[in-house]
Amino acid sequence: MTDAIQVVNLTKTFGDVRALDRLDLTVRTGEVHGFLGPNGAGKSTTIRILLGLLRKDSGEVSVLGGDPWRDAVALHRRLAYVPGDVNLWPNLTGGEAIDLFGALRGGLNRRRRDELIEQFALDPTRRCRTYSKGNRQKVALIAAFASDVELYILDEPTSGLDPLMDAVFRECVQEAKRAGRTVLLSSHILAEVEALADRISIIREGRIAESGTMDQLRHLTRLTVTVETARPLTGLDALPGVHDLHLDGTRARFEVDPEHLGRVHRHLADLDVRSLTSTPPTLEELFMRHYGEVPAQNGEQASRPAAASGERR
Amino acid sequence: MNSFTGTLRLARLAARRDRVQLPVWVLALTGVVAASASSIQSLYQTEQERLSYAMSNAGSAVARVFNGPVADPTAGSITMTETFSFTAVLVALMSSMAVVRHTRQNEETGRAELIGAAVVGRHAMLTAALLVVVAANAVLALLIGGVFLALGLPAAGSLGAGAAFGAVGAAFAAVAAVTAQIAQTARGANGLAGAVLGAAFLLRALGDGLARPAGDGVTVESRWPSWLSPLGWGQQLQPFAGGRWWVFGLFAALLAAGVWTAYRLTDHRDVGTGMLPVRRGPATAARTLLSPLGLAWRLQRGVLLGWAVGVLLMAVSMGPLGEEAEELLATSEELKQYFAQLGGGGAALLDAFFAAVMGMFGIAVAGYTVQALLRIRTEETGPLEAVLATAVSRPRWILGHILCAVAGTAALLLLTGAGVGVSYGLASGETGRTGELIVAALAQLPATLAVAGAVVAILGVLPRRAIALSWSILIACLLISQLGPVLELPQAVMNVSPFTHVPFLPVADLAVTPLAALLAVGAALTAGGIAAFRRRDLAL
Repeated sequence: MTDAIQVVNLTKTFGDVRALDRLDLTVRTGEVHGFLGPNGAGKSTTIRILLGLLRKDSGEVSVLGGDPWRDAVALHRRLAYVPGDVNLWPNLTGGEAIDLFGALRGGLNRRRRDELIEQFALDPTRRCRTYSKGNRQKVALIAAFASDVELYILDEPTSGLDPLMDAVFRECVQEAKRAGRTVLLSSHILAEVEALADRISIIREGRIAESGTMDQLRHLTRLTVTVETARPLTGLDALPGVHDLHLDGTRARFEVDPEHLGRVHRHLADLDVRSLTSTPPTLEELFMRHYGEVPAQNGEQASRPAAASGERR
Repeated sequence: MNSFTGTLRLARLAARRDRVQLPVWVLALTGVVAASASSIQSLYQTEQERLSYAMSNAGSAVARVFNGPVADPTAGSITMTETFSFTAVLVALMSSMAVVRHTRQNEETGRAELIGAAVVGRHAMLTAALLVVVAANAVLALLIGGVFLALGLPAAGSLGAGAAFGAVGAAFAAVAAVTAQIAQTARGANGLAGAVLGAAFLLRALGDGLARPAGDGVTVESRWPSWLSPLGWGQQLQPFAGGRWWVFGLFAALLAAGVWTAYRLTDHRDVGTGMLPVRRGPATAARTLLSPLGLAWRLQRGVLLGWAVGVLLMAVSMGPLGEEAEELLATSEELKQYFAQLGGGGAALLDAFFAAVMGMFGIAVAGYTVQALLRIRTEETGPLEAVLATAVSRPRWILGHILCAVAGTAALLLLTGAGVGVSYGLASGETGRTGELIVAALAQLPATLAVAGAVVAILGVLPRRAIALSWSILIACLLISQLGPVLELPQAVMNVSPFTHVPFLPVADLAVTPLAALLAVGAALTAGGIAAFRRRDLAL
């Protein structure tokens, strides 16, 4: 068995909403697989089917060689799950919740547990009702990484974590990878997946839009360059791989395909560069560019993309 | 800008957030008062019936502990006694919970931070909460006063009695205003306010229970503890017996003192913090927690403990009542008839009384069963996803909760029988009936489990509707068994409620067949519910 997760043609509907539409996903054993998509694309639905919490309508699903619906209990001994929105019991302490999840999964490594509590700077004596979202997330992460399992399924595990704790989380994932474990990491942050994943699948409206290694998907990561030069910026529009040029005398902002970045760089150098920034695209930009759409965002951000897209197109 | 800037705007926000909750509370409380007040009007129609009611109240400490004293043998005073003590507790709960909801809960959820950063004064949030709650109590006072007026009671007394309900609500709004500053969580603030309410009830019960007879054998004078309790003040107002209107001054003083204290406390603390430290807990879990059953027990034991205390208090008050049953029931022909119908009819009045009491307890305890089982639904919308992603099967998880609910139900019924039996033994000297009464109480178990089966089946098939449907079933059973005999409903309708099929112990003999049938129905529904739960998507 070389694939930890094998999904073919998976379909799932809720009433008349088609959440997953013939989705294919392959996660090889021992890899960190980034599962990338905007909110509402079907990431959590896919993961819940992989865990046997939801029932598939049609298609083939195999997790660690078993059927996640039929063999749920046996499979769950061999995997650990961190939900996107961690709900805990208000009257249990964080320490009790960690021990409980560990025990229900079939035992956890006590030494590792204490180490992780230390690293994540969690106070395990506080009641869960007093925890912030980030702290609840830490409880689930500690319970997962203190378990000795083959597969980690992590659904947007870093939402609510501060950058310092984010670094601890990345270390945990890399350690799991070194130990030969498989990680399915769902996220809507491109940079996070880029930093950790060996391979990436991009999900959009219930289907996989692209899948491959980061290098194979390089064409997706067109860079945004902002530059200011001493001499007037000329000739940029004639260069290959330059898109979306906004020119204003000695200042310019444009996008460039990574394979043409070197050529652009040499051109700019001759113009006496004063300042230069180049940033990788966010998932939102990537979706807007490649699929010509504004991804569905959660409530508070819903009004923003409209303005952004007007400016960019 | 002063410290009250923004109060009216926040009051509108609070009123809008409560636009369903508070009106439902107010209307339901008015309905409860209206229902019992109108039944009292029909129960005590003659001078003689009213006089014997007052004399039995004056002669019975138990009656006064629960209902308080009767000011004089008039329809108005009897109505006040019979409606006030219980409803006033609910009014106090409505008010204190509403104040906490709009103060401490806002701080706990972080909403207060957002609001405090806007153009809003330091005292605005608390003042807005008090305004809304006091207004709700004013409406309640007018509605209850109107109900009494409509029943033909004297005008001054009716409005005064209505105002007594509202004044208790306002007083406990002030209490909650203080506890919301002291505790750091909404739960803690509600708990503290609840403790004050409990103390107020006990003080009143003590002062009224130990009341001195006034010499005429009809009225009594409560002792001083009653005067330490806002619940006692409401009754000492004696709205239908001339009215001691100066007692409203005590309410006003308590309201003013509470509000002043709460303002001073808000001046001296940071947003989000309290005055009591947050309690810490163990850093590691005890072995007993580490299984689905252990977890279910941990989540359910608090509710069970609360019910056990309540059921035991009610049960031990039934024994002495039974001792007085013959005398009490003799005061009213209609009351006698009512109990005879509920208790299976015809038999000795005492046995009929016990049979009726056990029937009431059976349905009351089913309330616990439903509440405990609905925890399954709360878990499903919360942490269940993460639990079922561990090596726990769905049947094993749900059985943990079902087992806790069933064992808790049996324990509560056992407590009922033992409480009634032992307290009756102590009151009457006849100790031999405890075993018989325990059997009578446990005979309610199969009917309760049939309700439990229905709830599990609903949880399996219609999870998103489970809460409303389950409580509807219980309310239907309550209506059928309490009103069915009085309204002479057709047998086919009566048979819908499992409680109809429970033999009237200790009047009738223990019939095994209907109990076995109820158990079978309960077990089949439970099995069906678990099978459905196993097969469906989690309804997150």
